[in-house]
Amino acid sequence: MNLSKRWLHDYVNIDVTDKQFADALTISGSKVEAYETEGEELSNIVVGRVETLEKHPDSDHLWICQVNVGAEENLQIVTGAQNLKAGDYVPAALDNSVVAGGKKIKKGKLRGVESAGMLCSLGELGLTVNDFPNAIEDGIFVLGEDCNLTLGMDIREATGFNDVVTEFEITSNRPDCLSVLGLARETAVTFGMDFSEPVPVVAPGEGDVNDLLKVSIEAPELCYRYVGAVVKNVKIEPSPRWMRERLRASGVRPINNIVDITNFVMLEYGQPMHAFDLRYLEGNEVIVRNAKQGEKITTLDGIERELSEEMLVIADANKPVAVAGVMGGEYSGIMDDTNTIVFESACFNGPSIRMTAKKLGMRTEASSRYDKQLDPKGCRKILDRALQLVQQLGAGEVVNGVVDCDCSDKSDFTLAFEPDWVNEFIGINVSADEQKIILERLGCKVENGIITVPSFRGDLRHKADISEEIARFYGYDKIPDRQLAGVATAQYTPEQKFERLINNTMLSCGLSELCTFSFISPKSYDKICLPADSDKRKCVVISNPLGEDTSVMRTTMLPSMLETLARNYNNRNAKAYLYELGKEYIWKGTDELPAEPQMLCMGMYGAGCSFFTIKGVVEELLYKLGIEDYDVEAVKDNPSYHPGRTAVISKDGKVIGTVGEIHPQVLENYGIGTKAYAAEISFDICFELSQLKRTYKQLPKFPALTRDLAFVCKKSEPVLMLEKTIAQAVGKNLESIELFDVYEGSQIPEGMKSVAFNLKLRAADRTMTDEEADSAMKKAVKALEKLGISLRS
Amino acid sequence: MIDLKEQLKAIAVQAQEAVAAAASNADLEALRVKYLGKKGEVTAILKQMGKLSAEERPVVGQLANEVRQTIEAQLEAKVSQIKAAEQKAKLESETLDVTMPGEKAELGHRHPLSIVLDEVKEIFLGMGFEVATGPEVEWDYYNFEALNIPKEHPARDTQDTFYITENMLLRTQTSPVQIRVMENKQPPIRVIAPGSVFRSDAVDSTHSPFFHQIEGLVVDKGITMADLKGCLFDFAKRLYGEDTKIRLRPHHFPFTEPSCEIDVTCFRCGGKGCPFCKGEGFVEILGGGMVHPQVLKNGGVDPDVYSGFAFGVGLERLTLFRFNIDDMRLLFENDMRFLGQF
Repeated sequence: MNLSKRWLHDYVNIDVTDKQFADALTISGSKVEAYETEGEELSNIVVGRVETLEKHPDSDHLWICQVNVGAEENLQIVTGAQNLKAGDYVPAALDNSVVAGGKKIKKGKLRGVESAGMLCSLGELGLTVNDFPNAIEDGIFVLGEDCNLTLGMDIREATGFNDVVTEFEITSNRPDCLSVLGLARETAVTFGMDFSEPVPVVAPGEGDVNDLLKVSIEAPELCYRYVGAVVKNVKIEPSPRWMRERLRASGVRPINNIVDITNFVMLEYGQPMHAFDLRYLEGNEVIVRNAKQGEKITTLDGIERELSEEMLVIADANKPVAVAGVMGGEYSGIMDDTNTIVFESACFNGPSIRMTAKKLGMRTEASSRYDKQLDPKGCRKILDRALQLVQQLGAGEVVNGVVDCDCSDKSDFTLAFEPDWVNEFIGINVSADEQKIILERLGCKVENGIITVPSFRGDLRHKADISEEIARFYGYDKIPDRQLAGVATAQYTPEQKFERLINNTMLSCGLSELCTFSFISPKSYDKICLPADSDKRKCVVISNPLGEDTSVMRTTMLPSMLETLARNYNNRNAKAYLYELGKEYIWKGTDELPAEPQMLCMGMYGAGCSFFTIKGVVEELLYKLGIEDYDVEAVKDNPSYHPGRTAVISKDGKVIGTVGEIHPQVLENYGIGTKAYAAEISFDICFELSQLKRTYKQLPKFPALTRDLAFVCKKSEPVLMLEKTIAQAVGKNLESIELFDVYEGSQIPEGMKSVAFNLKLRAADRTMTDEEADSAMKKAVKALEKLGISLRS
Repeated sequence: MIDLKEQLKAIAVQAQEAVAAAASNADLEALRVKYLGKKGEVTAILKQMGKLSAEERPVVGQLANEVRQTIEAQLEAKVSQIKAAEQKAKLESETLDVTMPGEKAELGHRHPLSIVLDEVKEIFLGMGFEVATGPEVEWDYYNFEALNIPKEHPARDTQDTFYITENMLLRTQTSPVQIRVMENKQPPIRVIAPGSVFRSDAVDSTHSPFFHQIEGLVVDKGITMADLKGCLFDFAKRLYGEDTKIRLRPHHFPFTEPSCEIDVTCFRCGGKGCPFCKGEGFVEILGGGMVHPQVLKNGGVDPDVYSGFAFGVGLERLTLFRFNIDDMRLLFENDMRFLGQF
């Protein structure tokens, strides 16, 4: 909402700087985004009069003008314009002046003739023919009677191009503030002044409107009130400068008197108006009704639109002539030969307008005002204001009376006046009298403990709303700040602590944290090679996505991770070790919200990185999370991973997660030109299995014995199986067993491998003897021999 | 006797010179043997003591002991001297170019959003706020209806929503957690609810369809706007420093009344006014207000007994400010060159 200072001052008399005004209104709740003075960049351009003009001796199109700018001597200015004659008043840009666009003007010579400056066109002042309809676009702006013709006067002052425009951000609950009068009222209350709205007066005219116009509302739930009036013998011409400049400052292009009046009233009161040419209203009738299914209308913008039944139209006896509150029909507007017009001032159901505008894809100035629910009580005075302006401008003859179809609820909305409650709720101490004054200035009536809310304040519906009015005019800055009372006993939940432990462990292991979008492209499932019938393809689908890339909620975090790895790879980062603790979304049908399990996804690539690097991180994580004695099994059928280099980790039949090398096909799909590894770990399962209570184990009192054992077994034999067998055979004195070598090659038969372990044995209560250790080794060897695995000789 | 004394004195002089001249531990050991050993020169003198008279013996004995002690002390001093010299030489030979880079400790980097979120959580935890969560795929009811935003309400325009079904959507704000918390817990309530939210905004340097908010909710008997102001003032001071001021501006949110936007002292210029704060000296970081009585009711809390305040902060905004990041897209691209900076 752009507010003209000039217009505001028609209604409130304040004497503050523009900055003070902006700050005060912002703090009282009408947020000022910016303010600027029109024509600010112009400088040193004044009103001049062309006294004489003669042809330039060396040019067939240049003129040499002697220009009187109110100084002792005339200035000689050369111009190329052809529209001047002696006696014309013109904008003269003097030496060292600035015209629109920041262009500097200096005196100089044109084809050998001195020129002390430049005569300006409208465009060079930043104006258009809409602002000064009697001027021409190409040529010098010849000032008309609507300008101040004092020679030497600054051109901005002479043309009124010096208003201050303040841009407000108005919240959706205050459609009344999308108007000059609404902001004038806010201004008055902000500066502690009384405010009374002017009452428009229409002089009596001729005839009776009822002879010319019939109005009926067939959908009273969508149209609360429709008031119509008729103006005959309309004289279409430009509106006066004071109206044009107020429109310009408000960001509305002046067009002609009738259109300007409807726009002017809309800006002044906040309610859109419409003017129809009576010729095109068949049967001289206005019917406000629902559209018929499939009914068509070509709107003012020339587009044919198909309507549906829930939309509201303004129709004549035969056809719709406007989409109510959104846009008029093609022929309904004002033409140059329009003779008789119907003014519409109506109030519609806000949500219905919003829905219609959205469905038709045409959010207009009118609809964006109407959809915030305007006040039916305002319709009549707004129409009167338009008629008053018609009379004032001599734009036509107002026919006596109005046709007023009023289906609105006329009762007043009241609330209890509870000043004590307000003080308690806000934490302030403002007397009942002061509160009353604020409310009355805002337009409320406060009598006998009852507040009657003005009809234009549909947002005041609860005592909390009243408290805000008191608080903002008392001043939010004067509300004290109080520390929260009570004892603070908050702590993180076990899950939150667990999350922190995971994060800390990941960071310690050298993985950096990611943050990726929760929605992905459904094509990602092809990229990670999921089979067509995979359950993971059943996802939460966004019905109105921004694009395919972000159209489904992920059921696996792997694509997000691979995309990130790919991006890093393409950005030539030599390595990336990454993790994300995020959510997956599992569709549960339309009657239940999706499950949102939390998952930990790791990913890495780079020199020295192998399957065992990422597995090592997983092992370290599980250790820190207090999950031990888990099973690790090779999986060959996970399509996203390398069939020979992938493991599933589980415990007690619960799958903790998957860790592996990414399948080369998947790498190719993502354009990753190096081996990459990933792990997907279930947060929930880890949390369930976690045993974080650690107890201290006594440091050993007796020395340990170490033994190395190497076995030869089939290549396919899992090391974990050997390890477990040895551990079981050795029993409780086995302190640790560590794999230290796996070897294939010469001295080892084809298809076999040598696996070497380092064992540490220790008894808790005595020094173990070599004999004991040797016997334990024999047991281990025997146990493996039973499985056909022999000691390496 | 005179002779022995003279001999001892001569030995002392000789020994002192020899010790001073010694260059290694081996030399010193040889000197120790030469003078103080079983067959050493001092020992040899002592052995001759038997020839002396009873009066002379203690005198010569004492002198011999003195000489012995002197030599021992000199030897010892020389030993430490040599040791120190050797150590010095060794240390010199071990000199490193300390300007060479250290070996990189391979730790991971926390995401900047998490760094700031952790900080915010710590601040509120210290003020007695628990951390609550809610679903990201939400019912329209929780995201809108229960927050006083019925269908076709103009406030829905400002939050372009991703819908799953007519009634199911991706939450556009963390505010639905307010209702969920109230449904599950009677006052006193003091929670923050950080989380992901979604809006149909195309990606650019200041917009993203996926971002994060931190919701706050306090409900108790006698909660006033002064509590809201005090609480958020504390938060701002802890986040941006003790000198930080806050400014409340009236605003509109359907689920709070009165509502406000909260500005803090511009952290670039300290409030003097700069291009970043458009000369205002303040920067907006929060929205909030007193919980609308109808919203309390929707959450199953009696507004005649309890009152409350709520607020919401955009985590991305705080993070961009904190690290002077000029493009929000960087946060979600996760380039190691970016992540590695935090």
